[in-house]
Amino acid sequence: MVQTAADKSTREVLGPTLARLAREGLDIVCVDADLGYSTSAVKFGREFPERFFPIGVAEQNMIGVAAGLASCGKIAFCSSFAVFAPGHCFDQLRMAVAQPRTNVKLFASHAGVVTGEDGASAEALEDLTLMLSMPSFTVLFPADAVECEQMIEVAARTEGPFYIRSMRPKIPILFDDSYRFELGKWPLMRDGDDVTLIACGELVKAALDAAEKLASQGVDARVLNASSLRPFDREALLAAARETGAIVTAEDHFIQGGLGGLVSQALAAAQPTPVAFVGMEGYGTSGTWKQLLEHFDLTPEAIARAADDVISRKSR
Amino acid sequence: MAQAPSASTEELEEIARNVRRNIVRMTHAAKSGHPGGSLSSVEILTALYFRIMRHDPKNPSWPDRDRFVLSKGHATPLMYSVLSEAGYIDPDDLLTFRQLGTKLQGHTTMGKPPGVEMSAGALGMGLSFSLGAALAARLDGRDYHVFCLLSDGDCQEGQTWEAVMSAGHYNTANLTAIIDRNHIQNDGYSDGQRYDGDDQPSGRPGGWVMEDNHTANIMNLEPFEDKWRAFGWDTKRIKGHDFDAITAALQEAREDGEQPTAIICETTKGKGVSFMENNPDFHGKAPSDEQLAQALQELGFKE
Repeated sequence: MVQTAADKSTREVLGPTLARLAREGLDIVCVDADLGYSTSAVKFGREFPERFFPIGVAEQNMIGVAAGLASCGKIAFCSSFAVFAPGHCFDQLRMAVAQPRTNVKLFASHAGVVTGEDGASAEALEDLTLMLSMPSFTVLFPADAVECEQMIEVAARTEGPFYIRSMRPKIPILFDDSYRFELGKWPLMRDGDDVTLIACGELVKAALDAAEKLASQGVDARVLNASSLRPFDREALLAAARETGAIVTAEDHFIQGGLGGLVSQALAAAQPTPVAFVGMEGYGTSGTWKQLLEHFDLTPEAIARAADDVISRKSR
Repeated sequence: MAQAPSASTEELEEIARNVRRNIVRMTHAAKSGHPGGSLSSVEILTALYFRIMRHDPKNPSWPDRDRFVLSKGHATPLMYSVLSEAGYIDPDDLLTFRQLGTKLQGHTTMGKPPGVEMSAGALGMGLSFSLGAALAARLDGRDYHVFCLLSDGDCQEGQTWEAVMSAGHYNTANLTAIIDRNHIQNDGYSDGQRYDGDDQPSGRPGGWVMEDNHTANIMNLEPFEDKWRAFGWDTKRIKGHDFDAITAALQEAREDGEQPTAIICETTKGKGVSFMENNPDFHGKAPSDEQLAQALQELGFKE
C-alpha cells in the first residue's frame, strides 16, 4: 500500500477532480470565497465558468448561496481556508446546511499548524471540533492527495453535508491509484500487536516513520489512518484496543474536540484502554511547516515516545 | 397550479383577516411565539401567495415554482397561517404550533412542513440562500422568481449586505427582497422614524429611551433606499399594508428589469390588534386569555 512518489498537497486536487466529475455528468457547482487559486477551485472554474461563483471575501454568504443552489438540485462545493470556513460561518453551516441536510460540500484548505509562515491566525486547529459538533456532517481528513481525490468523488456522489480538510504543504503520496476510499473505514497502513498508532492527515506518514523506529526497538506497532472522522471506524478502533491494548492518537489539530477526543470518547464507552495523545494544545506561530512540526512535537519521535508511554501503562 | 392565483382585493382582505386570527390563536395556544412581526407582514405574504407567485400546494417541490424564503424565521405564525390558507397545511395542525410532536416548530425548518423553503431563525441568512436559488434558475434555464422577506433586524446582520453586494454583482433580476420595515426589533425601536400612517417618516432625535423603557435608536438603517441602490438594486418604498401598492410593486419586480429588486414596505408592527401595534413587547410575547379575546373581537371574530 505504501509507495514512494512525488510529494503533492491535498489541496491541489480539488479543481481538477471537480472538473473531471462535471465532465462525467455530475451537476456540480462551486462557490469560492476569493481563495480559488490556493484551493485549486479555479481549475474547475476555468473549465466550467458558468458553474463557478466567485463570491468575494464573504464566507457566510458563500455557505448560504451554496445551500440555495443545493436546494435546487446542485451538488454545491464551497472553497476557502479552514480558518475562514468554518471559522467565519459556523452558524450558516449549522442552519443552512447541517440542520436541513442540504447537499453542500465544504472543502477547506490551509488547515493545521503546517500552514506555516502566516502564523497563528492562519492556522486552523479548531475546524474539526466545529465540524464534528454538527451530527449530520460527514467529516474527512485525507492523508495524501490520492485519498483526497477519492474523498472529493465520494462527497460529490453521496447526498448530504460533507467537510473535507486539506492542507497547504506538499506531502508524500502514501496510496497508489488502486486505492478506494470508503466512508467509515480506517485504512490499515501497517499491522502490529503491541500498540496502535491512529493518525490523520500529514501525521499518518509520521506515524509510519514512528512505527519503523519502534520496530528497531522490538515494538510492533499497528498504524491506522483515521481519515474518516465521521463516520469513524468503530470496528477497527475496538479491534485495535482489544488486540494491542494501547492507543496513540496523532493529529495536527487541537486534541480536545479532535481525533484524540473522538477516540477517547469511543473507547471510554466501549472498551477502556490507555491512550496517549500527540497533537496541538495551544495556538501555533510562524515558521516553515517542517520547523513547526518539530517545534510543536508533531514528529515520528514524539509519536514513538507516546507509544513507549502508553505501552508502559498497559494493563496485562 | 401552474399560474399565479388572482384573488380579488376583497378575497385578499378576507384571507388576511383569517391569517391574523390564526396568528393570535397560535401564539396564545403556544403561550409563546412572535405575533408582532407576523402581523406586520400579513398583507405582503397574502399578496404573494394569492396574487403573485406561481406555486402548487399539491406539488411543493415543483422545480419551476416561485420560491418564497422567510429570512425573518421567527415569523412562523404568519408563515404557517398563510401556508394553511394556501392549502399546504391542515388547519387543524395550526394549534399544535411549538408543542412537542408538532410539525410546526417555533422557527422555520426546511421542508417541514412542505412549502417551507429554508431553515431560519438566526437572522441574516435568507437573502444568501435566495440568491443561490436565483442563480440555479439561471443555470437551469428556468424562469421562476425568488422572493425573500427580511426584517429590520435581518438588515443589521453583515451577511445580508454580503448577499446584497453579490446579488448586485450577479444582476439576479429574478430575485426580490421585501423588507418588512416596521422599525421595531427585540429590545425596542430600531430608529427614531416610526412610520405613522400616510405621513412621511418623521425624524426624531436618536439615542433616547422611550417612556415605556424600550430602547430606541438601537441601530439606524436609514438612508435605507440609498444603501440598496448603491449595491445595484432597483429599490422602492411602499405602504406595506396596501394590497394595491404591494401587488403593483411585486408584479413589477417579477416582470421587469435587469437588476434585483428591493421593496421596502413601511409597516406597523402588530398591525390589526390595537394593543400590539407599535408595541415592542409583542415582538416575542403571546397574548393572554383576555388579550386573545380582545384581539379576536377587534379582528371581527367571536372566537
